[in-house]
Amino acid sequence: MKRIAVLVVGVLALGAIVWAQNGLLINGAGATFPYPIYSKWFDEYHKKYANIQFNYQSVGSGAGIKQTTEGTVDFGATDGPMNDDQLKAFQDKRGSAILHFPTVLGAAVPTYNVPGVTGALNFTPEALAGIFLGKITKWNDPAITGANKGVDLPANDIVVVHRSDGSGTTYIWTDYLSKVSDEWKSKVSKNTSVNWPVGLGGKGNEGVTGLIKQTPNSIGYVELIYAAQNNIPYGAVKNSSGNFVKADLAGVSAAAAGAAKEMPDDFRVSITNAPGKTAYPISSFTWLLIPQKFQDAGKRDAVKGFLKWMLADGQNYAEGLSYAKLPKEVVEKEKKAINSIQ
Amino acid sequence: MATSGTTLPNAGPATGSRSFLSRLRDGDEIARLITLVFAATVVLITLLLVYELWTNSALARAKFGLHFFVTQVWDPVIDQYGALPFMYGTLVTSALALLIAVPLGIGAAIFLAELAPPRISDTLQFFIDLLAAVPSVIYGLLGVFIIVPLMRTVIFPGLNKPLGFMPFFKGPSYGVGFLTAGIVLAIMVIPYIISVSREVLLSVPRDQREAALALGSTRWESTWKVVVPFAKTGILGSVFLALARALGETMAVTMVIGNTPTISASLFSPGDSIASVIANQFTEATGDLYLQSLVALGLVLFLMTFILNGLARILIVLTTQKGSGVPT
Amino acid sequence: MSARVKWRRFVSNFMLTLTGLCALVSVSVLFLILGYLVFNGGTSINWAFLTQLPKPVGEAGGGMANAIVGSAKLLLAASLFGVPIGFLGGIYLAEFSGSAVASVVRYSADLLNGVPSIVIGIFAYSMVVLPFRHFSTFAGAFALGLMMIPITLRSTEEFLNGVPRYLREGAMALGASKWKTIASVVVPAAYRGILTAILLALARVAGETAPLLFTAFGNRFWSQGWEQPTASLPVMIFTYAVSPYEDWHRQAWAAGLVLLGLILIINILARTILSRGIAVPRS
Repeated sequence: MKRIAVLVVGVLALGAIVWAQNGLLINGAGATFPYPIYSKWFDEYHKKYANIQFNYQSVGSGAGIKQTTEGTVDFGATDGPMNDDQLKAFQDKRGSAILHFPTVLGAAVPTYNVPGVTGALNFTPEALAGIFLGKITKWNDPAITGANKGVDLPANDIVVVHRSDGSGTTYIWTDYLSKVSDEWKSKVSKNTSVNWPVGLGGKGNEGVTGLIKQTPNSIGYVELIYAAQNNIPYGAVKNSSGNFVKADLAGVSAAAAGAAKEMPDDFRVSITNAPGKTAYPISSFTWLLIPQKFQDAGKRDAVKGFLKWMLADGQNYAEGLSYAKLPKEVVEKEKKAINSIQ
Repeated sequence: MATSGTTLPNAGPATGSRSFLSRLRDGDEIARLITLVFAATVVLITLLLVYELWTNSALARAKFGLHFFVTQVWDPVIDQYGALPFMYGTLVTSALALLIAVPLGIGAAIFLAELAPPRISDTLQFFIDLLAAVPSVIYGLLGVFIIVPLMRTVIFPGLNKPLGFMPFFKGPSYGVGFLTAGIVLAIMVIPYIISVSREVLLSVPRDQREAALALGSTRWESTWKVVVPFAKTGILGSVFLALARALGETMAVTMVIGNTPTISASLFSPGDSIASVIANQFTEATGDLYLQSLVALGLVLFLMTFILNGLARILIVLTTQKGSGVPT
Repeated sequence: MSARVKWRRFVSNFMLTLTGLCALVSVSVLFLILGYLVFNGGTSINWAFLTQLPKPVGEAGGGMANAIVGSAKLLLAASLFGVPIGFLGGIYLAEFSGSAVASVVRYSADLLNGVPSIVIGIFAYSMVVLPFRHFSTFAGAFALGLMMIPITLRSTEEFLNGVPRYLREGAMALGASKWKTIASVVVPAAYRGILTAILLALARVAGETAPLLFTAFGNRFWSQGWEQPTASLPVMIFTYAVSPYEDWHRQAWAAGLVLLGLILIINILARTILSRGIAVPRS
């Protein structure tokens, strides 16, 4: 009996020690697209303010939207802006509006693993749509070789890799394909999770990159930094002006230039297939989803503080990780919007 | 009426309850009530689980009805959901697992029960029990880094070149797919087949074997033609148990199956299973119908494992009863 | 000896050797797994791995200290939840109940035991995460605890029933009430078996990943208390294994080694305790 009592007391004491709260933990979940820079930001911010921790889980934009709406996380992140139905659902469930805050600009690139090909292939919109629709099945198909004269493409079957989870990167990719291919638009359309005609599924940008690395003859779409960090080749895409552009900071910023001037108040905008000679056609903003009303004043202030830091110092980390900074006009507009968080 | 051994020796005419007051005074009634509450909690939790599964899939069941089982489409964009590709994937990978694991498992069980000296048999059984303890995610780890490349470099060419004309072995192969998942699952369920089969084989009465040997059969013949058939119901039970485990496996499968809702005869095709799709899509299912369709899938899986486990239990009990001489 | 008999003898020896091979293959898989883990993960287990937090994506280094502690917390809480229910329920079954009630409880426990772990995750999500509106260690522990209940319950009942009558009768004869008999005589006599069962249940849930995906979620930092999401070894292994970063793969192997090592040690411990016999002297 005594031994049991001692045991119970010991366990409770342990629990108490572990229970001791110190510091503020703010939970977020969502897009894998910007995960490299978010994890860097939250790490740096924690170094600055040791008692504030932003715990961000990279689970995909779909999960980010869902869990933010359910209220199981304090904020979300997505590269596919919430549609009107989702906005309404949030309002109904949580009793306040949800705000989109652009953080950085990124690019979704076609990345591949073709034996013997180490450089950048050129892809036309027709080629990309055809491949992902499953109509173009071999690497030496004329639609691909036509744009890549001088490159020796093998007669191997193309292995398409896409996302298995709800993804903003998928949204960006399918948004682009819907704009350049009527067949894609009617057959598959754009969403964070679609009914893919062909291909393997990987979980997160990480999973897709992993699969491509390991699977010869594969092609998929990932955020630029994932291809760059893992040294896998990625291709150039023909933009609306007819130029083949390989994703880089300049191309992404060029794509955002038009939108920057005409940014809507809720910051939801698509910049795929943007006009401009040097624009990279598969670019996108990525957003943090912040509820307009916070129950907890501490969390609210921490979030507002982070957003201000993100728009200033935070932007300096973007280019090092191959994301483009936000255009100045957008930054100014966001600073004003932060004030509306209560 | 209390049936356990804790009764007063001289309690009076029938065994069992003393007067209520006497129990209360000794604190027994309180003890009984406390433990009853906990036992009842178990029942309550189980009922609650089934209830939750049922109600949280109501939308999907209402909208799709029995069509859910035969619809191939899984499309969140148009909110159209069908369980067929996932049921297919679950069943195919489990069937493959059994095809590989059952011969190996029964063979090993025969060795352990009939041939190996008791000490070796026990030691090997010890190791096999440890194998059963390895968690799913570790099998997944091995699957991703060892079996997937093996599949791509050795197994696929090995099977595709000679047998590629058959629909089962058509390429291309990505490394991940039904067969890869099947192999990983096979490794996971072998221990179950071995332990249960070994036990039922050991429970076959000696005189069966001896009679066969006395009639001049070889050891193999006595084992295969007499002992194993005697135990076959129990062995079948072990197979069902293994199947039930394979159906519910999540992590190892989701890491090597390819995560595409495809129905294909080819073993090398990527696919998806019920448990795997729930793991991938549950936290992000925006929209009630989407989420409830996933819960409906969970309900389907639950029913499948429920039925199989029940059958398994009956079969194993039948065999061990047979073995101990209880007339069936 | 006729040719036919020779053939049958040959077949017999051949088939029996084959079964031996089957056994060998099955057992060697275990050692293969261990071997791979040690080979790939052994070198990656260093002090940093055990004590540091994960580093931002793409940066090499860092560790899984929060996941190790997270798993420990989850298991502790799961035991506190699941073991008492299973243990006390088992006592009820063995000592107090009638056969009808006992069958119902046993059947429920078997049912619960057979539920796939992902479905338990769904259940825990709707029961704990949604109402409280956050992912938490507590939710993860709830899911894992649920999985521990059936094993604990059945084993407690079994081992209590195995305690010989004369022990109980002796206590009764000395005037002890029923519950006192149970507490001071029956349970201590069966404690080995029960402890084994608890350890085995613990080992089983230590490796569970699926239910944690929607309950404990994940955490890049230390998780404080019980109401915050927490990292755990199995989930980290999963996340890192499917990623493209070599450094994360390395860490996944190391975590796999730590996890498997832990589970095997618990298993071996449990079986050794049990094989020492239920210490009831025969007189």
